[in-house]
Amino acid sequence: MTLAIVFWAELAIKIGIIAVAVPAIGMVLGFAEMKLSAHMQSRIGPYFAGGRFGWMQLMADGLKFMQKEDIIPADADRPVFRWAPALPLIGTMALLVIIPISAAEFGIIQDLEVGIFYALAISSLSTIGVLMAGWSSANKYSLMGGLRAAGQLIAYELPLVLAVVGVVIQAGTMSMQGIVEAQTAQAWPYVVTQFLGFAIFFVAALAELNRIPFDMPIAESELVMGYVTEYSGFRFLFFFLAEYVNMFTMSAIAVTLFLGGYWFWGIPTDSALLGVIVLLAKSFVLVFIMIWFRWTFPRFREDQLQTLAWKWLIPLAVLNVIATGAFKVLL
Amino acid sequence: MNKPLGYGLLVGMKVTFKTMLQTWMSIATGGRKGLQSTVNYPKVKEVPVARARGVIALDQENCTVCMLCARQCPDWCIYIEGHKEHKEPTSPGGRVRKRSTLDRFDIDYALCMYCGICVEVCPFDALYWTPEYEYSELAMGDMLHDMDRLQDWMSTVPDAPEIEK
Amino acid sequence: MVIEQDTTFQISEVAVSVEIETPDMTLNIGPQHPSTHGVLRLIAKVDGEKVTDVKPVIGYMHRGYEKLAEVRTYPQITSIVNRIDWVSGFANEIPFIVAAERLMGVEAPERAQWVRLVLSEMARISSHLIFMASYPLELGAATPLFFALRARERVLDLLESVTGGRFHPNFNRIGGIKPVYGSGPTTKKTSMDVPAGFLAETRDAMDKVLGTCREIEDLVAGNEIFLARTKGIGVLPVEVGADYGVSGPNLRASGTDFDLRKKADYLPYDQFDFDVAVGENGDCYDRWLVRLQEIREAVKIIQQAIDGLPSGPIQAKVPKVIKVPKGETYVRAENPKGEMGYHLISEGGSGPYRLKIRSASFSNISMLAWILEGAIIPDIIAIMGSLDFVLGDVDR
Repeated sequence: MTLAIVFWAELAIKIGIIAVAVPAIGMVLGFAEMKLSAHMQSRIGPYFAGGRFGWMQLMADGLKFMQKEDIIPADADRPVFRWAPALPLIGTMALLVIIPISAAEFGIIQDLEVGIFYALAISSLSTIGVLMAGWSSANKYSLMGGLRAAGQLIAYELPLVLAVVGVVIQAGTMSMQGIVEAQTAQAWPYVVTQFLGFAIFFVAALAELNRIPFDMPIAESELVMGYVTEYSGFRFLFFFLAEYVNMFTMSAIAVTLFLGGYWFWGIPTDSALLGVIVLLAKSFVLVFIMIWFRWTFPRFREDQLQTLAWKWLIPLAVLNVIATGAFKVLL
Repeated sequence: MNKPLGYGLLVGMKVTFKTMLQTWMSIATGGRKGLQSTVNYPKVKEVPVARARGVIALDQENCTVCMLCARQCPDWCIYIEGHKEHKEPTSPGGRVRKRSTLDRFDIDYALCMYCGICVEVCPFDALYWTPEYEYSELAMGDMLHDMDRLQDWMSTVPDAPEIEK
Repeated sequence: MVIEQDTTFQISEVAVSVEIETPDMTLNIGPQHPSTHGVLRLIAKVDGEKVTDVKPVIGYMHRGYEKLAEVRTYPQITSIVNRIDWVSGFANEIPFIVAAERLMGVEAPERAQWVRLVLSEMARISSHLIFMASYPLELGAATPLFFALRARERVLDLLESVTGGRFHPNFNRIGGIKPVYGSGPTTKKTSMDVPAGFLAETRDAMDKVLGTCREIEDLVAGNEIFLARTKGIGVLPVEVGADYGVSGPNLRASGTDFDLRKKADYLPYDQFDFDVAVGENGDCYDRWLVRLQEIREAVKIIQQAIDGLPSGPIQAKVPKVIKVPKGETYVRAENPKGEMGYHLISEGGSGPYRLKIRSASFSNISMLAWILEGAIIPDIIAIMGSLDFVLGDVDR
């Protein structure tokens, strides 16, 4: 009886943490993107809402989205259209669960034996949502966006998985907590030995996130807004939120796998607070690079992404796996 | 062009990063040092040049209701009505003078295309350009400025700029 | 769903090969679409992303300027024609004014001609900077937009400081440039010659424009993604271009040096030392590069012009009420978008009897159906963007 209460209480707390973290992260990153992109273009960016720096801009935007009418096109496949935005957000929330923030107890919401496997599986969930949105919108541009996303999924998922394999071989575990502990034990992050893997993972993650230079599913100059063309109001906000939170979760996974997660030289690993700070700082560096890319580069063409993935990333990733395996066996 | 692959990407990233630092500097020093291309609009205002065609001001004193501006306007956005007024002679036995008085002088800025022909053809210095630009309205009908509103713009007419020798 | 037919599965006699027949989808690109520069509509038949057939539809922005010109006076038409290609308004006025001047037998004084030349080169810079801004944006890079607009703002400020208008200057008059503020007792004494400080500011702004060119070049020209998207895409051979009446930078990118600034005499370009930017392959990248070069050449022309700006009157003697004698003429000029010409027929009235406008963009996009056939959708956007048309210039 008491065990059940503890279980439910724990679950409630965990759900609460995620429910707070998702909009918070989304807002912070959305704001960071607005501000940084503005500065990269010699603009000021938002400055009006909330007094200084326009820090309330995203809250104002969120409020605006909630007030807007939820328009569903007459020809749309209604249930699919309604549920499509939920999937990317669910996928994102599920990913947050396995990111370790400290070695202490409760340092991770749920440590899974097959943590990274789970992450890779869940991360493709958002593409299903995209495909659903594209299909159900009854809009040719949406359809093309959805199909592009599906084509992209196949191209980048393979290098993403193969890039992770190197780390898994080196750490000897698939648990996220275990991977960080392995890096703590050797006192330097895997990016040193797995730099190729890191680069491939980062490029593939960009493609997964549909960010420039791989934002073909949205490609606003070609497909208007791709799969989100017909969405408005709260459902649009879901896509928007999922995109930004996903940016963080993918960065956090990359940090955990390659950059040592919550570990840093000279910082104790058993403090949840310090762990969160280190993790956030490292993730933000990656997020910054993503923002930096987005506001510097044009986008690829769909066929060029396929070329990049199949002719470059996958062979390189395979090579990386072979080399890592050979070293592991030999040393 | 024997640059290594990815060189162009890095150069581009350098440009955006440099711009970001410059904008930070510009914001930190609080000034527009030619780096920041936008201003905090409602707080800081752009100052248009003296010749800028912002809005047309009317000097009612000078208007003689000759209708030249209304006739020359390419899209007929000026509406003028007037009547003749008889002025009593200033000295006894003098002539009764007729004077045209303005009843209505409206410019429909929703229609105006800011070509400036009316200002150019006015033979009595009644119309002037002023660089003011803050007169947007929520309703289209409010863009019709009547003669009093046009008169109010007179206070904002700038001096003509010096001419390059 | 809006796909015309249901996808049908055809099982052929050999059971192993299953062919899925997917009928072509008709995709309406535009009239409301982010990359059609306004209201161009393309009816594209697409097979997946590949375009099998494309039909451009124009006319959504037809404002009837040719007909309108028949019922307006010459001074009024000046304010209409600069709305044809609104990103280079000043350049549109010049061929019209020169046509009217030729019929009247008036020639603008030298200073007026030089001021016209400086301002129309500024219009060229601002038009090309818009292209520098919008083209990378269509390929997904948003940042060059702001760099280009930042420099363009300086150029527009200069245009505004002289003419009073940023986009629609309405500054050319038959016999010169707008001489005075108005016709009243005091306003007719207020000269509209270039304001003090204009020359110094122009020098400054031109350096700024060159700096922006360098910045954009760094940001875009060497970028491997940009190269991959534009090199070898939308190749236009000179012969095809000439057949369709393509002119301006689009034709020069294909490797010909056809430039009316060198070949016609509507403004004293023969007194200036400048090169005509010529491309090699006629692909999207060359069209982009030629325009970047043209900005630099325009800066060169402006720098020479402000160094040697002659003094003197800015307006020739013309009657107060302008009536153009009977006759007809055609004047063509090298506008930022290509050849712009006005065929002016006068019956002696205060307005033209007929004004035929040959606008550059209309001819430039006439070959859209030819060049877009067989392209894929991302390339359609890349090719359309590289042609740099303005819908006002297409539909008039």
